[in-house]
Amino acid sequence: MVSQGLISDFERMLGKENVFSSEADLQSYSYDSAVLEPVIPSLVVRPTTTEKLGECVKKLYDNGIPMTVRGAGTNLSGGTIPDRSETVVILTNGLNHILEINSNDLYAVVEPGVITAQFAQAVAEKKLFYPPDPGSQAVSTIGGNIAENAGGLRGLKYGVTKDYVMGVEFFDATGEIVKTGSRTVKCVTGYNLAGMLIQSEGTLGVISKAILKLIPPPKASRAMMAVFDDMQNAAEAVAGIIAAHVLPCTLEFLDNNTIVRVDDFTHSGLPREAGAILLIEVDGHPAQVEDDALAVERVLKENKASAVHIPKDAAEKFKLWEARRMALPVLARCRPTTVLEDATVPRSQIPAMMKAVNEIAAKYKVEVGTFGHAGDGNLHPTFLCDKRNKEEFHRVEMAIDEMFDVAIKLQGTLSGEHGIGTAKSKWMEKETSRGTILFSQRLRRALDPKGLLNPTKLVGI
Amino acid sequence: MEDLQALAKRLMALDDKLTDCMRCGMCQAVCPMFGASGMEADVARGKLALIGNMAHELFRDPESLGDKLGRCLLCGSCQAACPPGVKIMEIFREAREVVHSYLGLHPAKKLIFRQLLARPKLFNAAMSIGAPLQKLVFRSSQDSQGTVCSPMLNFMLGDRHIRPLASQSLHAKVGALDERASVGQLKVAFYPGCLGDKMYTNMGLACIKALHYHKVAIYMPSSLACCGIPAVSSGDGQGMVNQLKVNLNLLADKSFDYLVTPCGSCTSTIKELWPEYAERIDAPSKRAAEEISKKTMDINAFLIDVLHVEPKANKEGVKVTYHDSCHLKKSLGVTEQPRKLIQANGKYTLVEMKEADRCCGCGGSFNLFHYDYSRNIGQRKRDNVVASGASVVSAGCPACMMQLEDVLSHNNDNIQVKHPIEIYAESL
Repeated sequence: MVSQGLISDFERMLGKENVFSSEADLQSYSYDSAVLEPVIPSLVVRPTTTEKLGECVKKLYDNGIPMTVRGAGTNLSGGTIPDRSETVVILTNGLNHILEINSNDLYAVVEPGVITAQFAQAVAEKKLFYPPDPGSQAVSTIGGNIAENAGGLRGLKYGVTKDYVMGVEFFDATGEIVKTGSRTVKCVTGYNLAGMLIQSEGTLGVISKAILKLIPPPKASRAMMAVFDDMQNAAEAVAGIIAAHVLPCTLEFLDNNTIVRVDDFTHSGLPREAGAILLIEVDGHPAQVEDDALAVERVLKENKASAVHIPKDAAEKFKLWEARRMALPVLARCRPTTVLEDATVPRSQIPAMMKAVNEIAAKYKVEVGTFGHAGDGNLHPTFLCDKRNKEEFHRVEMAIDEMFDVAIKLQGTLSGEHGIGTAKSKWMEKETSRGTILFSQRLRRALDPKGLLNPTKLVGI
Repeated sequence: MEDLQALAKRLMALDDKLTDCMRCGMCQAVCPMFGASGMEADVARGKLALIGNMAHELFRDPESLGDKLGRCLLCGSCQAACPPGVKIMEIFREAREVVHSYLGLHPAKKLIFRQLLARPKLFNAAMSIGAPLQKLVFRSSQDSQGTVCSPMLNFMLGDRHIRPLASQSLHAKVGALDERASVGQLKVAFYPGCLGDKMYTNMGLACIKALHYHKVAIYMPSSLACCGIPAVSSGDGQGMVNQLKVNLNLLADKSFDYLVTPCGSCTSTIKELWPEYAERIDAPSKRAAEEISKKTMDINAFLIDVLHVEPKANKEGVKVTYHDSCHLKKSLGVTEQPRKLIQANGKYTLVEMKEADRCCGCGGSFNLFHYDYSRNIGQRKRDNVVASGASVVSAGCPACMMQLEDVLSHNNDNIQVKHPIEIYAESL
């Protein structure tokens, strides 16, 4: 436990309103969005300036207290669950200023607690575009997005968070400020430490500022929905679209179980017999969009799409996209516990992966609905269960174990965008190598000799 | 200790509903309280976790659970946006009742909910004595909203700028109404709500004017009790039941086509909560409450959907912006009708503000106990109202109107607050 003296120190440093030590407050920072056991921290602090953030890190390091940094706490792999009962949670939501949006040089500078969707909106108001759009963007923070390298629906064409990070400032474990990257497109001054911080899950440093790349927004877009009797045909259509050298900004799919569940809920007349639905959007210059849309339509028909719907206006598109928007909410309503996974495979392996997921679900008698980002092979098999039923939950865990085996065999990866945290660390070596784990641990020990930054996450320390 | 176990056991009844929360945290985006404090225990996800922990005896401090539960406007924004559709409002209401029955209700609340609000004649008398006396302690805030403030009562009222009690309440002005409906004519029970009766009497008069204009016969007894939402919000189920009995006595055997109210909170309480609490009285009361519930409508919705009032287009009129009251939009789904009703007065032009459906921060008794947060939340609403460029802001719930007047007055904004029915009635 932290001493009363230390609590008083933090209260003097940050103000009483930014230090939370009551049991009720501590318990409310014991979990995140992952289906994992909560761990109650010993103290929660909320610095409101970057300088104070550095002072917090230094104080905790000097006192040998482990720390977990938390933005919105939407992590799906347990990255923001405290490691131990001594852990102090550092909140970043007191650091939520957009410091600069530069329309001439196309970059923005933000504090780590800025909310993704609010940032994207502020950028859009300046007629610019920040593409990364993770599912939690309405609440997630930029600091969290960088620490997890968050993805989203636009990954295939626009990339993910790492593709928009030009520079980062962070505090190392001891509280020293580290600056890396710059406001320039090119910068090779020193190690690419920003690259190292991205997806480091709070284990290498505490992000205090980020320089983000902005791009001009596309001038036009066109959406369509295609229905397939067979998942295999849908997957071939996805491959065909890429082979025709079209990169849609959105290329999403829903499997049969998801379609049926959504239709049960919305009664919107979705094709309940369909093996899969693809939702596609192309964007760019109007002439290019015209060409791309025709090419996509041709590929869809060549690959036996049983129907292709092209919405006439934004309202119709909004309706067609409802099936995708409702996928997770509807699946989540089916059963008390929803385990949302993100195994990812090369996109040509989607049919093989889907077949395996359904076979595994049958084998362990668990229900799963799958939707996801077909364009980048990032699936979201969503396991529906009740964790209070230990026997059932054990079957779900075994099914997930086996699913990861298949993903790795298909040359895919454990996690496309949710991170490793503590939820997936046990599979790390299987996908990588013993050497990878040892290298990562040595790196961590060199930078954080006392092992205080989110110590049990990723490869451990 | 045994008591705590009993408390946990009562909360365990909520376990199935609590387990539906997948801890996604999307409630953070819409919660006004979280927006102001940024604390996890203030957002639905945090509160649900704490209730669950107490049910499972992992948390043993009912007093601080009560405090945390009180830091909530019961606006329902989280429930409306909740991906897995957790019945958050039901959970919060039940948890408040369980926790407060353990802690015991504050004596002042007990007096108000169980005695004063359940005895309309006493309440009416108290208010009519209060109305002339208020001149002694209140003075004008010198604003466009016509509010008053009271440095003398600062210890009790804080720096609130409030609408004074009407010199004469609505029922005192028009008396009890029970008009005969001729063949083919509609008859409504008009439920003005406490604020509509005692503070916003002009709004109540506007309702009567509009109903009469459309040849609707009115039934309005003079001794209706409070709808019960303040009691329920404070975890006092018994208080709600006491008030409900009075109201059912006046309404159950009466013949009318609709029950109409100008208050979003009263409407949603009558529609959604009366049947639930009437079950605690007896089976006939439950049946009566269900019948009334089916007939209950917001006055905006009644005028647009039943009487088919048509909006008129005017691009050059007085600019008015509309605030979506939480109970109207998130509980009842009434969003278009008040906007149409405003536009039915051709002298006005409707302009939308940003975040029109974000809570104004009043939350009824929340305002009493957390005035600082209430003002903080209200300031965001005020900034959006001002940015819209409107000179009038309209809301379909007197509690929101009171909050809007308070924040606008404090900012010295020359913006008036009107109910859509007042705007419509101006054109009649």
